[in-house]
Amino acid sequence: MNSTNQKVSRKRRISPSEILFKVIMYGILVAIAVCFLIPFMFLFLGSFKGESELFRVPFKWLPDRFSFDNYVKMFQTIPFFTYLRNTLIIVGFNIAGSLISCSLAAYGFARLHWTGRDKVFMIVIVTMILPYQVTLVPLFLLFNKLGWIGTFLPLIVPCFFGNPFFIFLLRQFFVGVPDEITYAARVDGASEFRIYLSILMPMAKPALATVAIFAFIRSWNDFIGPLVFLSGDELYTLSLAASMLKSPLNPNWALLLTLGSLMVLPVLILFFILQKYFIQGIAMSGVKG
Amino acid sequence: MKKRKMNLKRTEFKHAMLFISPWIFGVIVFTLYPILSSLYYSFCEYKVVQDPIFVGLQNYKDLFADKTFLKALYNTGYMILIGVPITTFTAIWVSILLNNKKLKYTGVFRIMFFIPTLIPTVVACLLWVWMLQPDSGIINRLLGAFGISGPGWISSVTWSKPAFILIMIWTCGNAIIIYLAGLQDISDSLYEAAALDGAGFFRQTISITIPLLKSTILYNVVTLIIGVFQWFAEPYIITSGGPDNSTMFYALYLYQNAFQFFKMGYASAMAWVLLIIAMAIILVLFKVFKFNEVDS
Repeated sequence: MNSTNQKVSRKRRISPSEILFKVIMYGILVAIAVCFLIPFMFLFLGSFKGESELFRVPFKWLPDRFSFDNYVKMFQTIPFFTYLRNTLIIVGFNIAGSLISCSLAAYGFARLHWTGRDKVFMIVIVTMILPYQVTLVPLFLLFNKLGWIGTFLPLIVPCFFGNPFFIFLLRQFFVGVPDEITYAARVDGASEFRIYLSILMPMAKPALATVAIFAFIRSWNDFIGPLVFLSGDELYTLSLAASMLKSPLNPNWALLLTLGSLMVLPVLILFFILQKYFIQGIAMSGVKG
Repeated sequence: MKKRKMNLKRTEFKHAMLFISPWIFGVIVFTLYPILSSLYYSFCEYKVVQDPIFVGLQNYKDLFADKTFLKALYNTGYMILIGVPITTFTAIWVSILLNNKKLKYTGVFRIMFFIPTLIPTVVACLLWVWMLQPDSGIINRLLGAFGISGPGWISSVTWSKPAFILIMIWTCGNAIIIYLAGLQDISDSLYEAAALDGAGFFRQTISITIPLLKSTILYNVVTLIIGVFQWFAEPYIITSGGPDNSTMFYALYLYQNAFQFFKMGYASAMAWVLLIIAMAIILVLFKVFKFNEVDS
C-alpha cells in the first residue's frame, strides 16, 4: 500500500459513526477507570476524616476539614515504626536474596550449554505454577523443628535459594544478550563468574530492577507468610498489623484507612518513578510464558 | 581435539552446576521435600505435638464426607467457572480498547487499571469491607443513586461470592498488561487486510485478535485459576468464610485445618487434592487450547 492510498483511506474513515465509536470507547474506558480508582479516593480522603464523618448520611467525598488527627492518633496507638522496621528488614533481605540467587541460576540456564539444561529448566516452569499451599504445612513443620517460628528466618532464608518467576525473567534477558559480547572475554581467559559479574550483570540492570521491584511488592504486601511464621506483636509486619486492627466487633476504620494510606503510598511512589520496569516485567512474564 | 571438546563440555557442566546450586538446594529443600513430606503426612494423623501416626486413606475418606470441605470445593469451583471467565472477558475487552490505535491517552488508562494490583492485599480487603457494607457502604449508595436497592453483599449468602468476583475484576491489571503485550505482537497488516475485505471491528476481534491471543489467554487463565486456589487473605480478612460458609474457599479451609485446628495430616491431604485438581485443570486447558510448547 503506498502513502497516498493510506491518506485517502484515513480521510474517509473520519465520519459521524467514527466519532460516535470514539465517544462510546472513551465513555466505557472512563467509566471503568473511575470504578477502579474510587477505592483510592476513599482511602486517602477517608484518612483525613473523623470516625463519625466516615459513615455519615448523605455521603460526602471531601472531609469537612483536612485534619491529621488520625495520623497523630495512629502513631500513638500502634508502634508504627517497629512494624515498618520489621517489614523493611524482610523486604531488604528479599530483594538482596532474589537478585543474587536468581541471577546466578539464570546465568546457568541461559549462558552455559550443558546436556539436560532445558529439561531442568522445565522444573523451574512447573514450580512457577505450584500453589504455595502444597508446601505450606511441611515448611511450617520444618521451620518449627529448626526453631525458626517466631523469627524472620522463614520469610528471609528461602529467597536466597531462587524464585522460579525471577529466574525465568532474568533468563529471558540473558538469553537475548549476543554471544559476541562475552566471546572476547572468554578468549582472554576470564572465568565464567567474572563474565557473569562484570559483563552480564551490568548489562542486566533493567531486568534486575524489575526483579527488585517485584521482590519489594511481594514481600511488602505478603500476608499469609507473616501470619503463619511470625508470632509476637514485636515482630509484626505492617500487613499483619493492619489485619489485627480489624477486630470483627469494632473495627477502627479511621486508623485502618490511615495505616492503609501509609502502606499504599510508598508502593505508588515507586510505581510512578519506575513505571517502565513494572510494565516491562509483567509484559515479559506473559509473552513467552 | 575431541577430547578437548569433551573436557570443555565437562567444565562447562561443572560451572553450570555451581551457578544453579543455590536454586537446586532451594528446590530440593523448599519445594521437593515439602511436597513429598506432605504426601506422607496426608496419610497420617499429625497434631504437631505428637509424632505422626499412620492412618492410611482415612484423611481422604474424611475429606469427602466433610461438608465444609465440599462447600469449599464448590465455592472455589464457582469462582473458577464464573469468576474467572468474567474477569478474563473484562480484561480482554479493556485491553482491546486500550490497544485501539485511534484512541489517545491509553497509557494513562493502562496505569489506572494497573494501580489496584499494587495495593497491599490487606489494605484492599479492608477497603472492600468498608465499601461493601450493606447500608453505609459506597457501592450500595451508588446503586441507590440510580434507584437500585443494593443487596447485602458480604452479609448475604447469595451475594457474597459475586462480591468476591468484583474484587477479582478490580485486580485484573496484571492480566491487562500481559494481554496488551500480546496484542502488540499481532501485526497491523492482518487488520488492514481484514478491513479491505470489509470486516468490521467486532469481526476482526473474533477472527484475528482472539485466535492469535490464544497462548496469552491460556497463560492468564492458568494464572487466575491458580490464584483462585490460593485465595486466602481476601476471604480470611473480609468474611472469615461466612456467612454460612458461602465464602469458605479452598486455601482458607486448608489454613484453618492446619493452623487453627492443628490437623496437619488433614491439611496435607487437602493440599494433595488441590495439587491433583489444579494439575488436571491445567492439563485440560493445555489440551483445549492445543498449546503444547511452554517455551521454545
